[in-house]
Amino acid sequence: MPRGGARLGAGRPKGQGKYREPTKPIRIPESLLGEVIELISTEGYSLPLYSCAVQAGFPSPADDHIEGKLDLNKYLIKHPTATFFVRAAGDSMVNAGIHSGDILVVDRSIEAKHGKIVIAAVDGQLTVKRLHKSKKDTYLMPENNDFEPIKFEEDNEVIIWGVVTNVLHQV
Amino acid sequence: MKKFILADCNNFYVSCERVFNPLLDKKPVVVLSNNDGCIVSRSDEAKKLGIPMGAPLYQQKDVVEKNKVYVFSSNYQFYGDMSDRVMESLEMFAPKLEIYSIDEAFIKTNTISFDDIFKDVVNIRKKIIKWTGIPMSFGIAPTKTLSKIANHIAKKRTYEGVFDISENNVANDIMRNLPVEELWGISNKWGKKLRHLGVSTALELKNSNAKFIRKHTSVLLERMVYELRGMPCLDIESISPKKNIMSSKSFGTSIAEIEPILEALSSYAARACEKLRKQNSKASGIYVFIRTNPFHQNKPQYKNGHALNFDLPTSDSRVILCAARRLMRGLYRKGHKYHKCGIMLLDLVPDNYKQAHFFSTNDSEDQNNFMKTVDRINNYMGPQTLFYLSQGISKEWKMKCENRSNRYTTKWSELLEVN
Repeated sequence: MPRGGARLGAGRPKGQGKYREPTKPIRIPESLLGEVIELISTEGYSLPLYSCAVQAGFPSPADDHIEGKLDLNKYLIKHPTATFFVRAAGDSMVNAGIHSGDILVVDRSIEAKHGKIVIAAVDGQLTVKRLHKSKKDTYLMPENNDFEPIKFEEDNEVIIWGVVTNVLHQV
Repeated sequence: MKKFILADCNNFYVSCERVFNPLLDKKPVVVLSNNDGCIVSRSDEAKKLGIPMGAPLYQQKDVVEKNKVYVFSSNYQFYGDMSDRVMESLEMFAPKLEIYSIDEAFIKTNTISFDDIFKDVVNIRKKIIKWTGIPMSFGIAPTKTLSKIANHIAKKRTYEGVFDISENNVANDIMRNLPVEELWGISNKWGKKLRHLGVSTALELKNSNAKFIRKHTSVLLERMVYELRGMPCLDIESISPKKNIMSSKSFGTSIAEIEPILEALSSYAARACEKLRKQNSKASGIYVFIRTNPFHQNKPQYKNGHALNFDLPTSDSRVILCAARRLMRGLYRKGHKYHKCGIMLLDLVPDNYKQAHFFSTNDSEDQNNFMKTVDRINNYMGPQTLFYLSQGISKEWKMKCENRSNRYTTKWSELLEVN
């Protein structure tokens, strides 16, 4: 019997690892490692932008145009760790397209500038209003004439909880 | 120079509650353990009232009522999600971090390039607090043990919530007034032993002869001496799959009959099996236990536990539930009021581990597919969509959680409403 070298049939049989099929090592740039691992481990439900049946022997003309999948999460959520959902109650923002029962996507990482729709704390309650900043005062403006603006004096700083980025309204 | 940073959330559970309920700001707030038993998180205001950590709620009833302390049952789905958000935010700045518990993580600075470590950490802290709403403290030091101390200072004495112990030449002054028991990883037992050796403060431990400490206590405390001197002995640890999985809880009320106990056990076992499959492991055996309430000393006490080995490691809920129930029938004695039961999955092995067994046939492929399908359905449709009938339907044994807040971040039906 020869010494050294490969021994046929030695080692763990192929296909018994966690993927349940034979595997192949490949080189990946370190900078892409995270994304590749994520890609392998994702089990998504997204749809391809273009999709067509493959005809044997004749390549699909749309294959060159596939642009990845549409992911609503990615579209609506830019900062996952800072994004929360809340539900609107009441009609104070109805002219801004926010109806009672709608789900609001709120991003806490965005800076609350003049004109943004924000979630703010007023008397210990969270409320959704449009932020109106002038040189002197800050207002939380409703978008419904039946409601009064809420005024904050100079020294009375309004506590902004987050900025509303999207409204999910069921039709 | 390499440094360690300990990032720690302040009063974590209470802080989570405050994010979605601004009314709680500046008010005394406490959060209770499982089954509404003990106080496990306190706001600074509650601490000032003298409410001790870990105290049973009933002992604090008077203080709580007199001072209108807000009391919450624990809401672990919510806290878990908030913890993920904090940790993932940290990870964006420091890719290699060791998540040490639900509310703290160690970071090693050689994985990040800092211009000015103190300023940068102050900025990171500001961002994470804005994003998540959770207040945090950061301790910077040359070793993990010192970063724990630095974090404590950051929390108690600084405005920025960040403290670098090596920058300030104050380490010795701080350690002079720090009892050894308050050091990271020193139990009361070790504390007693050290005091016996004439070491009662952190500074005295630092200045001790390391070999002498090792001879009279253990190598762990020798390491601590070096760590206190600024020589790192402990490194960032990566997460490895757990070796055992435990699932146990107290019942809502004491239970005398066996049926509800079996239901509860089935539920705990099913939960443990889900965790087991999630980390791609199989269990070689199980341990099942039951006990009466040790605080009811006037009632007859009973506690017991049995273990069992499987012929082949398994992650099949059906096999594990069956075995667990069989063990429990053997443990149960009539005439007691039971308070708690649980199951531990033992000697976990990777699920691709295969060892043929002479007397058992191996048809685990089918079992795996079945369990995978069940897990996928429950993942997609929500936990407990499919469950085992042996878990029971009414679940009368379920824990008390009378004051649980909404699961704001994990249930569509419990989102916060804003006007």
